[in-house]
Amino acid sequence: MNETPPNIILHAADVHKNFGGLRALSDIDLQIEEGKTHAIIGPNGAGKSTLLNVIIGRIPPSSGAVIFDGTVLTGKAPYEINQLGISRVFQTPEIFPELPVLHNVMAPAFARRDGAFRVNMLRSVGSEREIRDEAEAILDDIGLHGRREDHAGSLSRGDKRRLELAMCLIQRPRLLLLDEPTAGMSRHDTNTTIELLRKIKSTGMTKVIIEHDMHVVFSLADRISVLAQGCIIASGLPHEVKEDPRVQEAYLGGSVE
Amino acid sequence: MFSLSRKDLLALAIFTVVVLTMPVWLAPFGAAYPGLMQKFAIYAIFAIGFNILFGLTGYLSFGHAAFIGVGSYTTVWSFKLLTMDILPAMVLAVVVTGVFALVIGYFSLRRTGIYFSILTLAFAQMSYSLAYSVLTPITNGETGLLLARDDPRYLDALLGAQANVAGLPQPTLLGSSVAGYAGFYLCAVILILTFFLSQKVFASPFGMALRGIKSNQTRMNYTGFNTKPYMLAAFVISGMIAGLAGGLLSITDPLAGAERMRWTESGNVVLMTILGGVGTLFGPVIGAWLIKYFENIFSAINTNMLNTAFSFLPDGVQSFVVTVLSKFVGEGWHLTLGLMFVLIVVFLPGGLVEGFHRFMARLKRRSAAPERVSSVQPAE
Repeated sequence: MNETPPNIILHAADVHKNFGGLRALSDIDLQIEEGKTHAIIGPNGAGKSTLLNVIIGRIPPSSGAVIFDGTVLTGKAPYEINQLGISRVFQTPEIFPELPVLHNVMAPAFARRDGAFRVNMLRSVGSEREIRDEAEAILDDIGLHGRREDHAGSLSRGDKRRLELAMCLIQRPRLLLLDEPTAGMSRHDTNTTIELLRKIKSTGMTKVIIEHDMHVVFSLADRISVLAQGCIIASGLPHEVKEDPRVQEAYLGGSVE
Repeated sequence: MFSLSRKDLLALAIFTVVVLTMPVWLAPFGAAYPGLMQKFAIYAIFAIGFNILFGLTGYLSFGHAAFIGVGSYTTVWSFKLLTMDILPAMVLAVVVTGVFALVIGYFSLRRTGIYFSILTLAFAQMSYSLAYSVLTPITNGETGLLLARDDPRYLDALLGAQANVAGLPQPTLLGSSVAGYAGFYLCAVILILTFFLSQKVFASPFGMALRGIKSNQTRMNYTGFNTKPYMLAAFVISGMIAGLAGGLLSITDPLAGAERMRWTESGNVVLMTILGGVGTLFGPVIGAWLIKYFENIFSAINTNMLNTAFSFLPDGVQSFVVTVLSKFVGEGWHLTLGLMFVLIVVFLPGGLVEGFHRFMARLKRRSAAPERVSSVQPAE
């Protein structure tokens, strides 16, 4: 039971987070294995988003640390965390509405190639063939190639989410964090997104998914952790978690069935 | 060539022709004299520089006139202490203003939105006030910084190039005078170069990052961009261009006064940019020309000129028309400009450039419509 897998890419060690007197996360110990898709589920208000925000450096933990591949993330700026190889898809898509779809996808590729800051004024965006081709290939994958010249703000909600995913994928992150990637999507869009995420899964990219939709969770996850009232009450393989009596009581039994 | 797209190269070519032929096409508007055309060019440079900051990043600086002032003072000091040649003066104006912009930008960029604007305004007002008080040894207070016959000009003295002509020395470019049309063409060439620079910025990955900051700073941060140095770089580049414009003001008219740093001057460049079209290449230039034209030509129209212009009308009508119109010209030019500004902001938020695009789109649609009709008819 206690044998530690050799390739832990992310480790949230002993993380606590208090908002004033409110205990949002307590005693979190979460290990994400490299190459796996790890889903974090739990009822509303369980602290899922808080946990993700702590991992990404948006909010600092009250105590404990998040370690990514030997580097302590706590206290680092979001751009530094991204440069280490962590990309994030938000619950409400964060894209560049005023820029063309193609440029939305190209910009993150520049951050990957040129680092956090570089005054590159000699070349023009149009003459960056390599990045352009890569961006067009990804747009083709997600089915937005035909709209590459349109402003991203004019896309539908589902397309915006897919675009944001493409913006993360072009960075070829080592760890991809997805905050409810299918929330508010139609059944059809949800299924295309699942297909897309499956495709990424075969590339060996590590993913952490926060999700409500059990259909999505059980079609994608290799590992599942269940969060309830700020604590991890169960963690393991999907079928183990499904059969765990505490989980059924706290979550599956209570609110789903 | 220049690694610009074909569209950008065409724009650059058109722009070059338009700027260099200003003496020709401005003649019918009564504005084709070098002194005014220099101003057209210089304020267009200023507005282009301002637009690199405001247009791309969306950060509205209300203190850009301070950079004009610093550039002016630096230039005159270069004339006084070093040489009457304008090359060192321009280089120094750009460098000193760049350092100044670095300091102001470092502090102002700690805030965004209205607080950023207020901080830049505060810095500019501070510079303006200091120029009249503590800094008078540098700025010569209300008199303004002037050249004098007995200025040391160490570099000129060292090279034995001290001109022993009567009267004040005049700025030169490698020995030749830059008065009159030479001065205009100097400013025109620098304007074209500035336009080229702004094209490069707009098309580059750097410019794309600045647009990204304007569009969604959160996404920029979570995408791995450190937005602060990007903003600072844009602020400094923008300030340096303003410094260059200030330097040119002092080159074409070798004096420097603090009135160039007034907040109304900072406001003017905002108006110019918005009037022409924020974030467009041509917009700031058009806006600058329009406002300078109004300020210099429209403001000079008086009742007599109106009377002559409308002398073909019957007496009573003529005096009525002239009375009404006279409120809008001469000293009332601000009224015309203000109304125009309001109309443009309300109906064309993208400025005159957007108006032009809409007009062209409508023309295209109109010319395309009949074809569509004729192609449909046979099918029926």
